[in-house]
Amino acid sequence: MNARKRRLGFILAVMGLLAALVLPLSSEDVAGLTTRPILSVLIVAAALLFAMAAWTQGILMVFPGFTGAFCGAVATLTLLRDPGVAGSAAAGFWAVTLAVWLGAALCVVELASIRPRNALSRRALDLAIPVLFGAVVFYLWEVLVRGFGVSPVIMPAPSAAAARFVASLPTLGGDFVQTFLRGVLIGYAIGCGAGLLVAIVAQRFAFLGRGLLPLGNFFSALPLVGVAPIMVMWFGFDWPSKAAVVALVTFFPMLVNALAGLSASGHMERDLMRSYGADYSQALNKLYLPAALPFIFNALKINATLALIGAIVAEFFGTPTQGIGFRISTEAGRMALDMVWAEIALAAIAGMAFYGLVALAERVTTFWHPSYRT
Amino acid sequence: MTSSTLALPEKRATWWQYPIVERYTPIVTVVLALVAVWYIAAVLMNLSLVRDGFEREETPYTVSDLFEGTMSAERPLLPAPHQVIEAFVDSVFGYAPSAPRSLVFHSAVTLSATLLGFVLGALLGIGLALLIVHSRVLEKSLLPWVICSQMVPILALAPIFIVVLGAMGMQGLLPKSIISAYLCFFPVTIGMVKGFTSPDPIQLDLMRTWSASPRQVLSKLRWPAAIPYLFASLKVAVTISLIGAIVAELPTGGEAGIGARLLAGSYYGQTIQIWAALLAAAVLASGLIGLVDLIERGVARQMGVRP
Repeated sequence: MNARKRRLGFILAVMGLLAALVLPLSSEDVAGLTTRPILSVLIVAAALLFAMAAWTQGILMVFPGFTGAFCGAVATLTLLRDPGVAGSAAAGFWAVTLAVWLGAALCVVELASIRPRNALSRRALDLAIPVLFGAVVFYLWEVLVRGFGVSPVIMPAPSAAAARFVASLPTLGGDFVQTFLRGVLIGYAIGCGAGLLVAIVAQRFAFLGRGLLPLGNFFSALPLVGVAPIMVMWFGFDWPSKAAVVALVTFFPMLVNALAGLSASGHMERDLMRSYGADYSQALNKLYLPAALPFIFNALKINATLALIGAIVAEFFGTPTQGIGFRISTEAGRMALDMVWAEIALAAIAGMAFYGLVALAERVTTFWHPSYRT
Repeated sequence: MTSSTLALPEKRATWWQYPIVERYTPIVTVVLALVAVWYIAAVLMNLSLVRDGFEREETPYTVSDLFEGTMSAERPLLPAPHQVIEAFVDSVFGYAPSAPRSLVFHSAVTLSATLLGFVLGALLGIGLALLIVHSRVLEKSLLPWVICSQMVPILALAPIFIVVLGAMGMQGLLPKSIISAYLCFFPVTIGMVKGFTSPDPIQLDLMRTWSASPRQVLSKLRWPAAIPYLFASLKVAVTISLIGAIVAELPTGGEAGIGARLLAGSYYGQTIQIWAALLAAAVLASGLIGLVDLIERGVARQMGVRP
């Protein structure tokens, strides 16, 4: 995107902001922007900052650009608290929203084209861009839902879900303990541990390995979550049935990956172990397992997501009265979608934290692997 | 001396050294062992159930009666393999394909949602990958979110989608396919971004020296380079798509489909029906992967890959 197009974009945004001062804010009869002094100041400030951004570039443009977008966003969110505006917003309101979106989008584009020299600011930039992009998306979601007055049954505003999240922390905590700490973690440990053990045995006895590998590949491609009703029948409604589903779902990816990893060590290294006179357990500890670590962690990462999905789906088939999956299905049935989104946020946070921990453990234990060397 | 006398006498391979035997013996052995374990487990798990039945009716029973009972219980904890296969064959061939008791009918419902979702998801994934590869902004801003969303249990969204789309007046095939598509576009996106960026810088430089336009670089270099990645991710996507379709049938309380069959089986304690539905899902999954594999081979041959 060249400088002229960018300038044109910012000028359009400034014009949108100025037009909002005179256009009607709502289809209902509410006071215009000019009679709300603080908001008018915010809008004019945003327009000035955008105008400043239009004639600068690089980091000098990004700061006024984002500050302007922030001012405009605050103005729209304040306007939405007026019941006359929420649900019946008109041209003036949408002009501000569009201007904010345009300004923020141009800033993200400009930010992405900056190529800093040193590693630290590059990393900061790699973090800042997706965060700002996400913030813009959430802002648009919030403003569109509330501005058009979308029924909360169809799509609640993110602020409503966040408020519900904070308000029902004890419930969410109980669900987290039930689904994650009991179902997921225990099942994950059993499934991954069993997969690893079977893989070690199968690597020791080549005949077994040749038989298990194709079967493991076949089973890991099957919709194994379908066994959930059977597990509920066998192990009851409480967490053991969920842990069983999770164990089954995580077993096969671990088996296949660990088997591949255990045979990843080269002939030279095995010969070296032989010439040291290492017995099997020494070779396993010093060579086969360390060489398999990257593969094992790959399986652990795949399984982190699979485990959470398995536990949640298993809860659709019956639970005691708590758990993420149980809450999602019952609250969706009651059309309380803000609670459903709060549960999904919980699942997302838990999933990402879980994945992050596994990835961290991988970095700590496989620091020697070529993919981490710089 | 001629060369033929110098050659070593040809050693006849004994039957267990034929490659086909060497390859399949371990698999068959493991499968047979699994079936044996299954039978033993069926006997052990159903034993108390059957014994209780006999004792409640106060009929005298022998060990062989008990054994037969475990093999043919009507609602066993674990049905024996032959019971599952019997039920499977019976519900596949025993009814007209349009009857609600026929597994063919339920499989067809799930399969149509799976395929529609798979096609939608694959197209979406490829399109997103194209955008990400061609725009640095999107690569920097969108790709981290796509990767993050991999760590989120997306399947948990299924009930919401069903409810939301139902409230918007959409029912039947489309909501399920949208869940399938939503689930399966991630692996395609990730795989295709990898595939489109897999050509070496040296090859891209060559395209530059020929002054190829971005479109030509795409069609002559990036697409062919991405084909192996495409099929690898399609194989993952097609199974995820099937899982998505099955799970999507759960919260609707679905009238038809493999998921609905599972749910109904779990409500009424019809274990054999659940196992037969699971078998149908397995057959569908392997059939779909086989189909993708077949297409991959055809495409590879078209592109002149030598086996």
